[in-house]
Amino acid sequence: MEVEAAKLIGAGLATIGVAGSGAGIGTVFGAYVSGIFRNPSAAPQAFGQVLLGFALVEAIALFALVIAFLILFG
Amino acid sequence: MSAEKLIDPIHQFEITKLSNIEIAGLDISFTNSSLFMFLAISATMLLFVLGLSKRSIIPGRMQMLSELSYNFIANMLRDQVGDQGRSFFPFIFSLFMFIFFCNFIGLIPYTFTVTSHLIVTFAFAGLIFIAVTIIGFVKNGFGYLRIFYPSGIPIFLAPLIVPIEIISYLSKPISLSVRLCANMLAGHSILKIFAGFIVMLGFLGFAPLVFLVVLYGLETLIAALQAYIFTILTCIYLNDALHPDH
Repeated sequence: MEVEAAKLIGAGLATIGVAGSGAGIGTVFGAYVSGIFRNPSAAPQAFGQVLLGFALVEAIALFALVIAFLILFG
Repeated sequence: MSAEKLIDPIHQFEITKLSNIEIAGLDISFTNSSLFMFLAISATMLLFVLGLSKRSIIPGRMQMLSELSYNFIANMLRDQVGDQGRSFFPFIFSLFMFIFFCNFIGLIPYTFTVTSHLIVTFAFAGLIFIAVTIIGFVKNGFGYLRIFYPSGIPIFLAPLIVPIEIISYLSKPISLSVRLCANMLAGHSILKIFAGFIVMLGFLGFAPLVFLVVLYGLETLIAALQAYIFTILTCIYLNDALHPDH
């Protein structure tokens, strides 16, 4: 029973890593918005880079989620 | 207890055997995973055979779609790798279309997402990693080892930088495969969990239903985006192998 409880607590703690990804996605899109207001004509070019940055940052959150799943079910 | 049975987000990723085939002690049964790989390939071929059979100057919908995807990948490859990358176009293009269709077919309820299994994505990423390493050594000889020591770095930093660069190089296939797999796994699990909430809440279920529709839209975006990310990162690695100086 104690191992079960520790597993749940550990999985919960593992999801703290998602906070960093939240800050990262905020930074990516914040920089994009401020960038397109400075230079609206560059928006289409920047958007591809934004998507790349978004996906790279989001992947970090998913790594944390995978660790949580591994602790829970592994 | 019935509520717990309703939410089983992992069940959709189970591989089931559709027919038993065993050759020389190796289990090569036809599974639902293989079935959906075949479906993804047939969907790709169908798109291009139907789209390019007429070849009119004013394209119809199917022709538009196939030309659009071709141009999209061709432009991406040219931007990232340059003219040298042209010979890799067939591989990059088929990689993109396969992952794209695997992701999209997996979004249909009651289907199987091939790319949600780490072994499938790791097979891709490992193949790309090995191929890129071989291409780098063939094109540059031992000069390819320069990628572990970027130019402009003082020599006394080398003992610190070189191990970091080697580790980051070796972790490329892991991050590439886990990214795609985890995105698909997490996305589909969340869809299932919210679908379970709708049934559990009964009349109040419309609230998670609205959220589920939004989430489904996001997952559609993610499916396309992850195929794009996987291919663009392949292009970036290829560029590193062909031009290790910058």
